[in-house]
Amino acid sequence: MSMGAGHAHPLYLDRASPIHRLPPEVKIVASVAYTVVVVITSRDAFWAFGCYALLILGVAALARIPPGWLASRALIEVPFVVFALLLPLVGGGERVTWLGLSLSVEGLLGAWNILIKGTLGVVSSLVLAATTPARDLIIGLDRLRCPAVIIQIATFMLRYTAVLVDEARRMRIARLSRGYNPRFLWQARALAAGVGSLFLRSYERGERVYLAMLSRGYTGRMPRLDTGGASAAQWASALTLPVAAALVAATALLQG
Amino acid sequence: MDDGYAVSAPLSLEVSGLRYTYPDGHEALTGVDLRIAQGERVALLGPNGAGKTTLVLHLNGILRGSAGSVRVGGLPVVPENYVEIRRRVGIVFQDPDDQLFMPTVAEDVAFGPANLGLRGAELAARVDEALEAVGMSQYRDRAPHHLSFGQRRRVAVATVLAMRPEILVLDEPSSNLDPASRRELATILRGLPVTLLMVTHDLPYALELCHRSVVMDQGRIVADAPTRQLLADTDLLAQHRLELPYGFAPIQLPQ
Repeated sequence: MSMGAGHAHPLYLDRASPIHRLPPEVKIVASVAYTVVVVITSRDAFWAFGCYALLILGVAALARIPPGWLASRALIEVPFVVFALLLPLVGGGERVTWLGLSLSVEGLLGAWNILIKGTLGVVSSLVLAATTPARDLIIGLDRLRCPAVIIQIATFMLRYTAVLVDEARRMRIARLSRGYNPRFLWQARALAAGVGSLFLRSYERGERVYLAMLSRGYTGRMPRLDTGGASAAQWASALTLPVAAALVAATALLQG
Repeated sequence: MDDGYAVSAPLSLEVSGLRYTYPDGHEALTGVDLRIAQGERVALLGPNGAGKTTLVLHLNGILRGSAGSVRVGGLPVVPENYVEIRRRVGIVFQDPDDQLFMPTVAEDVAFGPANLGLRGAELAARVDEALEAVGMSQYRDRAPHHLSFGQRRRVAVATVLAMRPEILVLDEPSSNLDPASRRELATILRGLPVTLLMVTHDLPYALELCHRSVVMDQGRIVADAPTRQLLADTDLLAQHRLELPYGFAPIQLPQ
């Protein structure tokens, strides 16, 4: 799987590992299934979450992802879980005192629930991202029969985002070169006009790209070139993660 | 019109009496006649707005004339033949970012032949052959965005070579290239065993690559002669807003 060599996104970690070598579609399915199992587990089965964490960290170790790398990127969830930290303070019902704070038990459980499930979900996505280049993610989604239109849009985005960013950068330099240096909100007008003209330029480029596609025999359907696919063994090894998680969840359910 | 070139080989391109009017009423082509024999390299010169690009878009049926006809290798350009016509006519557009729309070089080169139904090993062989021809084999898995402009233009040429065209049509092939890339592209184009039609403002490039040039102005062909002779005709050049670079005198060049 080196098809995406040119598309190493910022979250990709180029390593040689058995996880990196797995076909993208099995990794996507494994990551999503794992997250679903984590989410449906009852919040008071504390030991189960310990097992989940060990499982995903084990995969990360196999993929040779440094724990520090994982931890710093997982901070992306902070804005989303901030309000979870308020729950123990504002929650009702039975209360406990900790370090002089009166905390709601119900709120503590609620906060734990959001925090642990969020963290495990983010780590699982990070492991997927760190081991799969962007191009391979799209190939994987395509093999999983994601609608062709979505695949095409994602493919063009992958190709043209960089072109667009370049164009925006050139326009910014042109603005600055003519003394534009907005300090007040009402000076943002030129910026808005810039966004508009960027849209127009992209639209015109779209038309030219379409002509170029027609000229090379495009008839409204992208040719399906990808004939590869995961073997049964690859599916089996990737699905070890969600299956193990599901066993943990089932045990927790029986005990609860 | 000076028909200074004897045409004896089978024709790659035959345009007769072609007229086209844009929907806004602007008459872009007012009766174009042009014949290009197999293996010829011809430069299409003319000022901006002369109708050069409009003519190019007629060669593979993107635009359809209101009168006249286009034939490529004997096959008329009509909707029933579009699949084969678009294989035979390889157009390389001016901006490689328009031409290279796939995430990697290899996938982009494969797009054309895959549309023709090629798959598997045969497709891979086509991609290799085309990238080899432009000297870009080692970049097959790269993203177009990570290539230099000259490399992208070469890959753009490969994307149409992969369809094994009868005629290669290049729109401003030397634009935005630094002198070294310009020369490298010229070497590649000279070595290709295809008929070549090159739209350009770059008169020295026309002289370097094409024995024959045609001049277009106001929607029709106004001159058709060996490039050297044409570039020496200062009155003709002045009439059609064509100018040689400062200090450039084609007469002094070795034959």
